[in-house]
Amino acid sequence: MFEVESSTRIERSSVMPGTEELIINMGPQHPSTHGVLRVILRLDGETVTDCDCDIGFLHRGTEKIGENITYTMFIPYTDRLDYIAAPSSNLAWVTAVEKLFGWEIPMRAHYIRSLVAEFSRISSHLLWLATHALDIGAMTVFLWCFREREMVLDLFETAFGARLTVNAFRLGGLFQDVPQKFLDLSQEFADLFPGRIGDYETLLTDNRIWLQRTRGIGVISADDAIDLSLTGPVLRGSGVRWDIRRAEPYAAYPYLDFVVPVGENGDVYDRYLVRIEEMRQSTRIIQQCLAQLPKGPVSCKVPRTIKPPAGEVYHSIENPKGEFGFYLVSDGSETPYRVRIRPPSFVNLGGLKKLVLGGLVADVVAIIGSIDIVLGECDR
Amino acid sequence: MEIAAEAVIALVKIAVVLGVVSLVVAYLTYLERKIIAHIQQRLGPMRVGWHGLLQPIADGVKLFLKEDIIPDKADKVVFVIAPIMVLVPAFVEYSVLPFSSTFYITQVNIGIFFILAVSSLGVFGIVMAGWASNSKYSLLGALRSAAQMLSYEIFLGFSLIGPLMLAGSLNMQKIVEAQSDVWFVFYQPLAFVVFFIAALAETNRVPFDLPEAETELVAGFHTEYSGMKFAFFFLAEYANIMVTSSVAVTLFFGGWKGISWIPLPGFVWYALKLGAIIFVFIWLRATLPRYRYDQLMRLGWKFMFPLVMANIFLTGLVKYLFL
Repeated sequence: MFEVESSTRIERSSVMPGTEELIINMGPQHPSTHGVLRVILRLDGETVTDCDCDIGFLHRGTEKIGENITYTMFIPYTDRLDYIAAPSSNLAWVTAVEKLFGWEIPMRAHYIRSLVAEFSRISSHLLWLATHALDIGAMTVFLWCFREREMVLDLFETAFGARLTVNAFRLGGLFQDVPQKFLDLSQEFADLFPGRIGDYETLLTDNRIWLQRTRGIGVISADDAIDLSLTGPVLRGSGVRWDIRRAEPYAAYPYLDFVVPVGENGDVYDRYLVRIEEMRQSTRIIQQCLAQLPKGPVSCKVPRTIKPPAGEVYHSIENPKGEFGFYLVSDGSETPYRVRIRPPSFVNLGGLKKLVLGGLVADVVAIIGSIDIVLGECDR
Repeated sequence: MEIAAEAVIALVKIAVVLGVVSLVVAYLTYLERKIIAHIQQRLGPMRVGWHGLLQPIADGVKLFLKEDIIPDKADKVVFVIAPIMVLVPAFVEYSVLPFSSTFYITQVNIGIFFILAVSSLGVFGIVMAGWASNSKYSLLGALRSAAQMLSYEIFLGFSLIGPLMLAGSLNMQKIVEAQSDVWFVFYQPLAFVVFFIAALAETNRVPFDLPEAETELVAGFHTEYSGMKFAFFFLAEYANIMVTSSVAVTLFFGGWKGISWIPLPGFVWYALKLGAIIFVFIWLRATLPRYRYDQLMRLGWKFMFPLVMANIFLTGLVKYLFL
């Protein structure tokens, strides 16, 4: 954190009145910082000359908790990491543990996992689009997105009983098979949703003001993005075709047909387009999952006490925000020896300073929005 | 004796206009909430009265009863004066608006000039509010607002020159009379577009609501205000919308003059036209994102300024050659 006192006064000349740089605090209780992010900005007029993120307001010691409880008991804690897309966090944890065991998961479970993970991606992207558009002043998109997000949350409720912190998956598969009603409603949603994406796009994609506010703002080159180890739509917006669903397929993704959209310029607008297209592709994946859903059990044989062999494993999945991974060390006992989370938001937030320097205050909110952070997994 | 009678009549008229305008302004907030709600697939206020019809009154009572907070480090005198400085000009402007051929408070031979002059006073209140609050968000919001309103006042004024050249008068009644055959919006479409954009900026409405860009500056210049003082800013904003819409109706849409084969009283025509323009204001708010500060200035000076100048030149040329 930079010095707030003194040394900020710049004397221009004896004729001009002295000017001072203004230090402004955004958050943790500011309407546009998502969650409890605090950004300290140093402004020269309205130009940002320095930027510092203060995080940790939501730190709960999740990694340490993981070392003291069993592998099964940790699943609900992962809900609270990326709480916008809880099933994705669940998936990262259960697949990491299953990799440690080397279990074979039934195909039906794989497909349902992919299906639910894509729903969580849609839910997360909808929340992102809603708040991002609201930050730039488009109020109607916010409520339209929430209308569809409500449908996704209702779907989660039908299948798993919870709406936000969906404790969707278990080690070895699922707790129980999803009800038929869930599949019917999913089909209904998948048929309806592409039209709704079109609605959002009529308000934003070709809107002159939206273009002026997002094009050429917060540009990051592909090389810089890789150097900062950004992942997810932020990386793909810069034109790097990297998606873990393709690069290291998990769940049912090897059998599904989808396109990994990439941008060209790496600005806020391209990240917007990438996420919009990802929602379309997610709908495609959902359609395929529903069409191809195999019959059979939804869980493999899981022992009563889960004691993985001693060893270590790293497994990551494509969370809506980027690469979400778990590094696990097992000493052969019932509790992990070490749990390390690789949070996409935390790493992506590291790129914020590079993106906002030289921009205007109004761009800062657009850029924070376009990175799409969730403080739950950023602070852990 | 006669002077006393005139004074009484004038006072009654002022009371009627003030009362009606205050009520309409209050219900404008209700209308805005309802229209935006329906655009956004929700219901809006529904609880207080039938379909929330008493909501503005409930809001008023709430704001009136709220604790009136003045920040410790604020400049107290200026802090108190600022909301009054914003509200009073907004209401004074109604004194010269012709609501129908017979009903108006007064006729001034420089009516439109009076409105422009008084409306530019409002910006003082905003700057005072921003400065007196002693808060960074307020200060930034006030500075933005001042720069924005000062620049856009220029285009607002210039865009009115075209219609005024056609009318040949600054008197609001005479301007309306001059539109007996054709509304000026058909002669001066360019001027109307510029006027409308400038009016949006002048009243701090979307897409030019930067001074209160809540995502960057919390609530801009009125961040530190609460209770009735906040309500003053709020009312002034809507009163200003009414005034600018009224100016648009008077100068571009023939004021209280209607279509001859539909017999309706003048003030009904006036209200209908006013409502249509205000609806567009609200509709835009539900549709558009917000401009950035520098983009707003660029739009004004590099695009609208040449446009409005060309309009004045063309109007003059046509008038000189053909009329």
